[in-house]
Amino acid sequence: MADTPSKCTISLKVNGEPVSLDLEPRTLLVDMLRNHLGLTGTHVGCDTSQCGCCVVHVDGRSVKSCTMLAATAEGADIVTIEGMASGDKMHPIQEAFREHHALQCGFCTPGVVMSGSELIAKNNNPTEEEIRKWLGGNLCRCTGYHNIVKAIKAAAAQARGNG
Amino acid sequence: MYPFNYHRPQSIDEAVESFKSFEEAQWLAGGMTLLPSLKLRLASPGALIDLNFIESLRGVQSSAEKITIGAMTRHADVNSSVEIKRAIPALSLLAGGIGDSQVRNCGTIGGSISNNDPAADYPAAILGLNATIKTNSREIGADDYFTGMFETSLDEGEMIQEITFPVPDTAGYVKFPHPASGYAVSAVMVARFGKTVRVAVTGTAACVFRLASLEEALAENFTAEAADSMELDIDLDDINSDLAASAEYRANLTRVMARRAIEAAQENA
Repeated sequence: MADTPSKCTISLKVNGEPVSLDLEPRTLLVDMLRNHLGLTGTHVGCDTSQCGCCVVHVDGRSVKSCTMLAATAEGADIVTIEGMASGDKMHPIQEAFREHHALQCGFCTPGVVMSGSELIAKNNNPTEEEIRKWLGGNLCRCTGYHNIVKAIKAAAAQARGNG
Repeated sequence: MYPFNYHRPQSIDEAVESFKSFEEAQWLAGGMTLLPSLKLRLASPGALIDLNFIESLRGVQSSAEKITIGAMTRHADVNSSVEIKRAIPALSLLAGGIGDSQVRNCGTIGGSISNNDPAADYPAAILGLNATIKTNSREIGADDYFTGMFETSLDEGEMIQEITFPVPDTAGYVKFPHPASGYAVSAVMVARFGKTVRVAVTGTAACVFRLASLEEALAENFTAEAADSMELDIDLDDINSDLAASAEYRANLTRVMARRAIEAAQENA
């Protein structure tokens, strides 16, 4: 193995705030968010890019933050679940999850919300099939998905002004 | 993950130089296979050369005869490209069926074919559509590119820059996805170029391969029935056998996928 690798400077925006950190290159994006910035709303479920609990937005795209190096996010605009609400006012998709009881234990919820919100940004009138297919990378072991699908449909309706 | 050095080049030349300057360097593309491998300590590169900051490696260019895709173009962008949907809808569909939404937002075509996973989708597109792979030093034809399980004819430090697909008269791709991973249990790409037909199979064996007998039969008569009686051109011993499917099951599944791919190509014509 080579000499001890030097640290790497990473400058990016997290939930609108500029951040600059010196981290080991092997630091994962999710570890940067949780351990270095204290944003523990993003969860680590499987750590193998299957469960989707760690989904955040990187430049508007949903990404599994357990399978991206923090260093690769250099210059990016990151949004985590903490960046969704405006002050005390929940984001419409969060509101829809509460309204439709789309969570039970809540562990997967931050990832599902971030994944679902990218879908709505791309397609504000998704069919049930499109929602289910889109959520292929988000595992929920409590709800059986029905209420999650309902919540995303409702949030999409709200996004197109039919709330 | 073992510690490693890291460099973020801004150009292809800088990347090639950077690769040489580290011991045991490795390219980092979308990281969808490499990062899980690092976590499992299956790989311990001295340095990762991150290709995510080289803009010239991204994007789709099209003409009437061909589609050229930059090596760092994401699966989601291949899937949503209007030009690719119009020219080679089977390729758009293939990209949209890889992994899940988040994998498609990160994974790249260059990364996928450099890795050459036996069950990956893109190798079937490259081989079936007879693509040409342009690297920083040469052009490699599809038939000379895939050499074995997780093996390609790329040299150490050679980097894929772009992949060019000739536009076929028609093509069809059908996959039987593993229900958990989305990888191909078996999948077939069929493409017709004038009187020539190419058929490539992924997921069935250790490496993507062509079905020469079926290609000949289809060149004579482009019908789905040709798949029912086809020779598989591969020994049962060489067909993958695992929890998802025994070799016998996969052999039959390959025929079914071939038949459906031909039907899809007929619909796309």
